[in-house]
Amino acid sequence: MWKNLMDWVEYRLPIMRVANMHAIQYPAPRNMNVWYMFGFLATIVLVNQIVTGIWLTMSYTPSAEEAFASVEYIMRDVEYGWLLRYMHSTGASAFFIVVYLHMFRGMIYGSYQKPRELLWVFGMFIYLALMAEAFMGYVLPWGQMSYWGAQVIVSLFSAIPVIGPDLVIWIQGDYVISGATLNRFFALHVIALPLVIVILVFLHIVALHEVGSNNPDGTDVKRKKGSLSEDEKTKYKIHEYYTSNYDIVDDIVPFFPHIVLKDLIGFAVFLLAFCYVMFFMPEMGGYFLEAPNFEIANPLKTPEHIFPVWYFTPFYAILKAVPHKLGGVIAMFAAIIALALLPWIDRGQVRSWRYRCGLHKWNLLIFAVVFIFLGYLGGTPQENWKITASQVATIMYFGFFALLFIYSKNEKCKPVPARITE
Amino acid sequence: MRKLIFILAILLPGSGAFAAGGSSVPLDTAEYDLTDKASLQNGAKLFMNYCLGCHQTQYQRYQRTFEDLDIPVELGKENLQFTGEKPGEHIKNAMPAESAATWFGAPPPDLTLVARVRGADWLYTYLRTFYEDESRPFGVNNIVFPEVGMPHVLQELQGLPRKTTQEELVDGEMVERYVGIKADGSGELSPADYDKAVLDLVNYLVYIGEPSRLTSEKIGRYVLMFLLVLLVLVYLLKKEYWRDVH
Repeated sequence: MWKNLMDWVEYRLPIMRVANMHAIQYPAPRNMNVWYMFGFLATIVLVNQIVTGIWLTMSYTPSAEEAFASVEYIMRDVEYGWLLRYMHSTGASAFFIVVYLHMFRGMIYGSYQKPRELLWVFGMFIYLALMAEAFMGYVLPWGQMSYWGAQVIVSLFSAIPVIGPDLVIWIQGDYVISGATLNRFFALHVIALPLVIVILVFLHIVALHEVGSNNPDGTDVKRKKGSLSEDEKTKYKIHEYYTSNYDIVDDIVPFFPHIVLKDLIGFAVFLLAFCYVMFFMPEMGGYFLEAPNFEIANPLKTPEHIFPVWYFTPFYAILKAVPHKLGGVIAMFAAIIALALLPWIDRGQVRSWRYRCGLHKWNLLIFAVVFIFLGYLGGTPQENWKITASQVATIMYFGFFALLFIYSKNEKCKPVPARITE
Repeated sequence: MRKLIFILAILLPGSGAFAAGGSSVPLDTAEYDLTDKASLQNGAKLFMNYCLGCHQTQYQRYQRTFEDLDIPVELGKENLQFTGEKPGEHIKNAMPAESAATWFGAPPPDLTLVARVRGADWLYTYLRTFYEDESRPFGVNNIVFPEVGMPHVLQELQGLPRKTTQEELVDGEMVERYVGIKADGSGELSPADYDKAVLDLVNYLVYIGEPSRLTSEKIGRYVLMFLLVLLVLVYLLKKEYWRDVH
């Protein structure tokens, strides 16, 4: 009876085929380590943001007069509204934490290299959409930082020659940031950008499964058809979609249950940290929820210091490092574009930093430190030494890419093992 | 790799956005206790009597406050509500914002979230550092909020506070250094009792800034315990499945 029903459905909708192809019989390298859980976690956080977002929308009022009060209404009068809101606000920061770690994983193991260039580029588009989503979401509570943060970011567009000032008015829907701006940001935040992000994530995963997962050794687990003996082939049942064109080395495990269980351990650890912050310190010392944002937006009162939220501060520091406004905007966008072009900037043949030259390891580590340092500079009050420091750090940020482009051409790498080592 | 995680772990708290209070005076620590209902009730009494005349807490309702503070609604309605609203209504006053702006230079801010904007320590220090200053319209000034536009409403409790300073030689010049505030003894409360009263008021303002705080921590403890159990189970399950790999 049950089987008949399942067959009836399967004949019309390929549920089991897709589940087998993309999870139960998807070949994943068995040496995927802790760095490989952040994609899974990002998906979980995305679901959290969508679900809590739907419930927040039920009680939030998108208007300049009501927005701030409606957030406090959610915090006080809606049953477990405070929990929904903190899940959403903590989730926003958590999203960027896992995405930054996910991106750095791609960098150290060369996951952007051939044939995963498009996968990486889709990832960068997700990152861009995520930044727009987070920025517009931060405007919605209509606190002081919502208002003045939006003011600073939107006014960046005025630096564009000729059309700049008109463009700003077009974005704002008004001559200043106002209720009209809030309303359109609400529409973009709850419908347009989530749709874009979900579609991009879908494409990201389709592209991943087409080329297969990378691993910490950077070796391929797919080989030319007929090149492996039966002994060398994996014993697990792998979907014919993968085995019909390739031989799969005995270095893989099925994504479900093996990798999913591994990811679930990471998920439990992640949730412990996430819930600790959410239940006990949702402001995270002013990083996740900034203190001035508990004050209602006031166009006549500029806050003492205006900072974007922590996940934007590295780029904000680059913006401020350049003394020329348009130059700063260009540098800021170039910083993101440089990342997107990584598959072509890196001309190396070896993926993982395990088998690349020492200079490459240092280059990556210094890049990570410089990025965090830029975040510090962009998120703390302006001081004289910080101007020079952020200029030096900006040069070092771009220096990473320049150096990589130069040394990767004729890099001396260690031999990459044919099979996965651990 | 472990090195890298270590580096990230050290550096992360240093980045990000955090605005300082902007006050040059070191703040006293407010050791408030949200579980101390007597303190919260006293704070509510002080707030309704001394603050609500000018400052609203328009996002919070009377009834919610009474329930959270273990005040019977009838008792609260008779003793803490002065303007005859229903207990289900928001805590507002009848002062027109426009007149207020004329009287004080700016309308007195809503205080529902003031503890989250300023922090408990700032409030605790602010309410204890008014001092006599004839040059100001209300005859008082404040250490942590210089040129403050607010009168010292708690003066009948504290008495008239005076600033005490000490002359000191700094770089060959005599400089007046701020030492503290000393009341003239005309208040209803002793200095220690006044500090306690202010702490109760701050406690109440912290509560009203985030009424869900205690519930959140209570639920949070159960959630963390559940997650620890889940972690162990998932770990064992993973080990079982991975036994044959390698």
